[in-house]
Amino acid sequence: MNTNLAAQINSFLAAMILLTAFGMLVQRRMYGLIHLFAWQGLFLSVSTAVVGFVAGAHHLYISSILTLSLKVILLPYILHVLIQRLKIHKEVETIVNVPMTMLIGIALVVFSYHLTAPVRELSTLITRSTLAVALATVMLGLLMMITRKHAVTQIIGFLAMENGLFFAATSATYGMPLVVELGVALDILIAAFIFGIFFFQIHTTFDSLDIDQMARLKEED
Amino acid sequence: MMFYPFLIEVLQILIILAVAPVFAGWVKMLKCWSQGRTSPGLFQPYRDIVKLFSKDVVLAENASWIFRGTPYLVFGVVVLSGGIVPMLSVDLPLAATADVIALVALFAIARFFTALAGMDIGTAFGGMGSSREMTIASLAEPAMLMAIFTVSLASKSTSLSQMVQVVYSGQAVLRPSLAFALLAFILIALAETGRIPVDNPATHLELTMIHEAMILEYSGRHLALIEWAGMMKLFLFVMLGIAVFSPWGIAASGDLAAIPRAFLFMILKLGAVGAGLVLIETGLAKMRLFRLTEFLGSAFLLATLGMLSYFILE
Amino acid sequence: MTAIASLLGVAAGGWAVGKGITNQIILPLGLPDLLFHLRLDPLSGFFLVVIGLLAFFVSIYSLGYVKGFLVHRSITSLVIFYCLFLAGMFMVVLADDALFFLISWEVMAAASYFLVMFEDEKIENRRAAFLYMIVAHVGAIAILLSFGVLAGLTTGFQGFSGYTFDAMRATSFPLGWATAAFLLAFFGFAAKAGVIPLHVWLPEAHPVAPSNISALMSGVMLKTAIYGIIRVAFDLIKVFPWWWGSIVLIFGLVSAVMGVLYALMQHDLKRLLAYHSVENIGIILIGIGLSMIFTSFHMPLLAALALTAGLFHTMNHAMFKGLLFMGAGAVLQATHERNMEEMGGLIHKMPWTAAFFLVGCISISALPPFNGFISEWLTFQAFLLSPSLPSPLLNLLIPMGAALLALTGALAAACFVKAFGVTFLGHWRGHHNPNVHEAGWPMRIGMMLSALTCLGLGVLPTLFIEWMDVISEQLVGAKIATSATGLGWMWLTPIAHERASYSGPIVFVGILAVVLIAYILLHSRPAAIHRVPIWDCGFEKINQRMQYNATSFAMPIRRIFGFLFSIKEQVRFVSLFGHKAFPKKLHYHLRIRDLFWGWLYKPVVDVSFWISRKVGRLQQGRIQVYLIYSFVTIIILLVFLG
Repeated sequence: MNTNLAAQINSFLAAMILLTAFGMLVQRRMYGLIHLFAWQGLFLSVSTAVVGFVAGAHHLYISSILTLSLKVILLPYILHVLIQRLKIHKEVETIVNVPMTMLIGIALVVFSYHLTAPVRELSTLITRSTLAVALATVMLGLLMMITRKHAVTQIIGFLAMENGLFFAATSATYGMPLVVELGVALDILIAAFIFGIFFFQIHTTFDSLDIDQMARLKEED
Repeated sequence: MMFYPFLIEVLQILIILAVAPVFAGWVKMLKCWSQGRTSPGLFQPYRDIVKLFSKDVVLAENASWIFRGTPYLVFGVVVLSGGIVPMLSVDLPLAATADVIALVALFAIARFFTALAGMDIGTAFGGMGSSREMTIASLAEPAMLMAIFTVSLASKSTSLSQMVQVVYSGQAVLRPSLAFALLAFILIALAETGRIPVDNPATHLELTMIHEAMILEYSGRHLALIEWAGMMKLFLFVMLGIAVFSPWGIAASGDLAAIPRAFLFMILKLGAVGAGLVLIETGLAKMRLFRLTEFLGSAFLLATLGMLSYFILE
Repeated sequence: MTAIASLLGVAAGGWAVGKGITNQIILPLGLPDLLFHLRLDPLSGFFLVVIGLLAFFVSIYSLGYVKGFLVHRSITSLVIFYCLFLAGMFMVVLADDALFFLISWEVMAAASYFLVMFEDEKIENRRAAFLYMIVAHVGAIAILLSFGVLAGLTTGFQGFSGYTFDAMRATSFPLGWATAAFLLAFFGFAAKAGVIPLHVWLPEAHPVAPSNISALMSGVMLKTAIYGIIRVAFDLIKVFPWWWGSIVLIFGLVSAVMGVLYALMQHDLKRLLAYHSVENIGIILIGIGLSMIFTSFHMPLLAALALTAGLFHTMNHAMFKGLLFMGAGAVLQATHERNMEEMGGLIHKMPWTAAFFLVGCISISALPPFNGFISEWLTFQAFLLSPSLPSPLLNLLIPMGAALLALTGALAAACFVKAFGVTFLGHWRGHHNPNVHEAGWPMRIGMMLSALTCLGLGVLPTLFIEWMDVISEQLVGAKIATSATGLGWMWLTPIAHERASYSGPIVFVGILAVVLIAYILLHSRPAAIHRVPIWDCGFEKINQRMQYNATSFAMPIRRIFGFLFSIKEQVRFVSLFGHKAFPKKLHYHLRIRDLFWGWLYKPVVDVSFWISRKVGRLQQGRIQVYLIYSFVTIIILLVFLG
């Protein structure tokens, strides 16, 4: 496929990634969050594969398969099991109401677009326009961590941030060196396991994973 | 040829008058079929309208000329709007009369007068319907405008013929901005035409009504006109979506021979959209009134994302 | 005596329209000590027409309206100050130097103060007028300072000759000082125009004034402030950076949205209309702000479009707001009620007033085929052209402004469904039986003329734009009429006809034609019409208190947008047998306050009181202390000047 078509497909996938990021921001149901996260991972891996094909950077194929297995299959499965075992309540509370969260999200997208404008001028890659989307995904993941009151959504936000970073790496420099990527992937996996263990512990201590409960963990005088 | 535009206009007005009830009947038929009931038939709306025309009109004692005149005005405005949306051909003379913003404003007049008619009689239900309808309209307007804006970015115009022309002659493949705008448009159309999940058009419980509550007092030929106008409005929104987002099959400018083929394509697309509408209506439940801010907020969000992706990704 | 005032209005209107907008005439008139300069150029002429036309309609209306006052008090002061008010406004628009401008500004403000205070036996009227005076003077000080900066810069702070506008036009100002002057001028004019957050006097002063005065104040006095902003920015300081326009745009957007939201919460008819003036001034500022942004990026054609949209809306607003206030005045005179929740069903007793008020409602909701639609359409077209701006950040943010404008338009329509519906439709909601009658003939004629103008402007906008085009050519350097009327007088096609086009006459004729055809075809059937009592679901005890009133109509919107106000809602339930299932009485109390009192005004007032208390320490009350002050001052002066 020629570069033009690849650039178009890539743009489309970037738009889908942004859409899933927003979807996670406003989604209330736990299972919905996990499914959206899985979709985001899927779009990400397809995009990586496309970029790898067009730019001839074959190590991106490996990254794509890694993303697919980890982010689309393994991690959602782990989270699913986690939710079932802990019998977590199926809906999530938000700190700010939904329309306000959406507006803040839009502002963040505009901000990241403005921020990456100089890079766009200078870059010669076909993926240069998607850098803004990647940065926006990172910020939206962080926003998700801030505005949700449940510990499981915090990890999903963290993982979404990592998605954004990975996407940024692909768009800015055609992917990181393979060693770095393998290292990051392993880190994520370990982090997920440790999160799981901690959640069990927190759940037995507080009987819930609501963050408001954990506000008791401070010095009282 | 000179009479081509005139012919197209007349054909369109006839189509909107004749096909709109059939479309409503088709949606009803599919809905019944999906719920395991026997449907009343494809042409039942025709029979309903004819029946209503032959009935006497029962008016409240204090109904004013606004109440009596609104059905005619609403009917007239919707028929006029029918002459503006390209259905059969790209070259539509009246499309220069009013662009898409004016089209939205024409629907707004119909809504304005229907709301006034709702308040005219002085029952609690009428006021309730008017109040809710105007609230939903005011939430849907920013989203609608943003969607229009996004489409007009691509076509550099707000004239409907021009928009159709640009999308038809086609380098619009895989444009994320149009995809987002389409999603937003679907949500807005559901809100403006009063379908589930915004409003249940088949409800009998007055406290759940929005559009129906405003027209609760109408009877006889007035009700016939209003019902017909409602069917035409739904038809028009669907045609607007089809024309702007997927106009393939439409006749090119001045091409008389392609009109029947365009008509056939139109029918096929209508059928598909009807099926989609039924899927949405049976799959979702009607939302609480105050959850609609989220619903319409998502529409606005999608439209804004469309606009942003135009600048960012294209 | 009011005949004299109306004749003046007629003369002014006719003269202004005649002189209209083709030539530029400079008439320096010398008066005894200082020379006053007057100038009639296209911009002044336009505003003269706006002021004169509405004054003409209102003068005719006043002939009938003041009869209602003749019973209670003499109207001499009303007439005198009315004439002074009109004179002041005309002079403001004609002034060509800073001194004359400020003098006429003060005349206008003082005359309107006395007019607002006309019914001064009620304490809230006096308070409202006092508040109006304070804000007007704060604004006037800002304008004075601004002109001072401009005048000083013209002559390098040396002499006094810089006070003429001609001298200011000829100077090019350094950016810092120009910014200071512009911000001061904008602040001052915004205080007069009622831009948020300086709007608090508007909803207090407009309702208490007699309705013909409210019509004039809302319709044209606020426009003189717009005139001032355009004059200072486009004419005196011709070159400016883009963020000035952005400031104007942002204030315009905020005023528009907050104005209409506050209006929705009101149940006093005139207060509702006053808040709508805030909203419409916001819309005009949006047009002007966009024009400034386009000008600063050197895109004259788009700037002309935006400026035309803003000026068109100025004319439209004068017409339909005047009409609405005149209608409100007629209702007030007939029912002696300003509270909408006590009214209803007036359409049967006052059919003419209702019809004209309806025309005003449709126009202000920006619905075709009336004039409000044209100016909003033009503003939207200006917004849709913003992607051609070279600044990417503005490209993303300006469309959000367009969405806010759409929100405003839809909320305005909701508000006017409420206003018209609660006032005129349904049944009478009050407790006592009203004795209402239709308004007198002069009032009806005044309203009818306004309504016809609204329709005319809506159906034939191209003629108006052609006439008005000289202004944009002068101020921003481009005309839009050549493209706007390129396809002939029937089509309005700004910029290019593939871009967007609208045909007022065809839409109007089309609607009429289809409605008539439908009526004729379908009405002639012999089916009968029965008149019956309203459907009550078999409840039987339905009464007029069960209707929707203003508060209930706005309830969903209040819930959704409630975070922007401070709302206190109290429901108290009195029941039989102490149980909720047997309600006896329900007390409902709702209080909505303008947030800006708490955020902006109260702190400012507190600080000023604190400062004055500290300064008040100087006033000891004993003669010796005052003598010591004088003594110390003399010694200091002798030391420093000796």
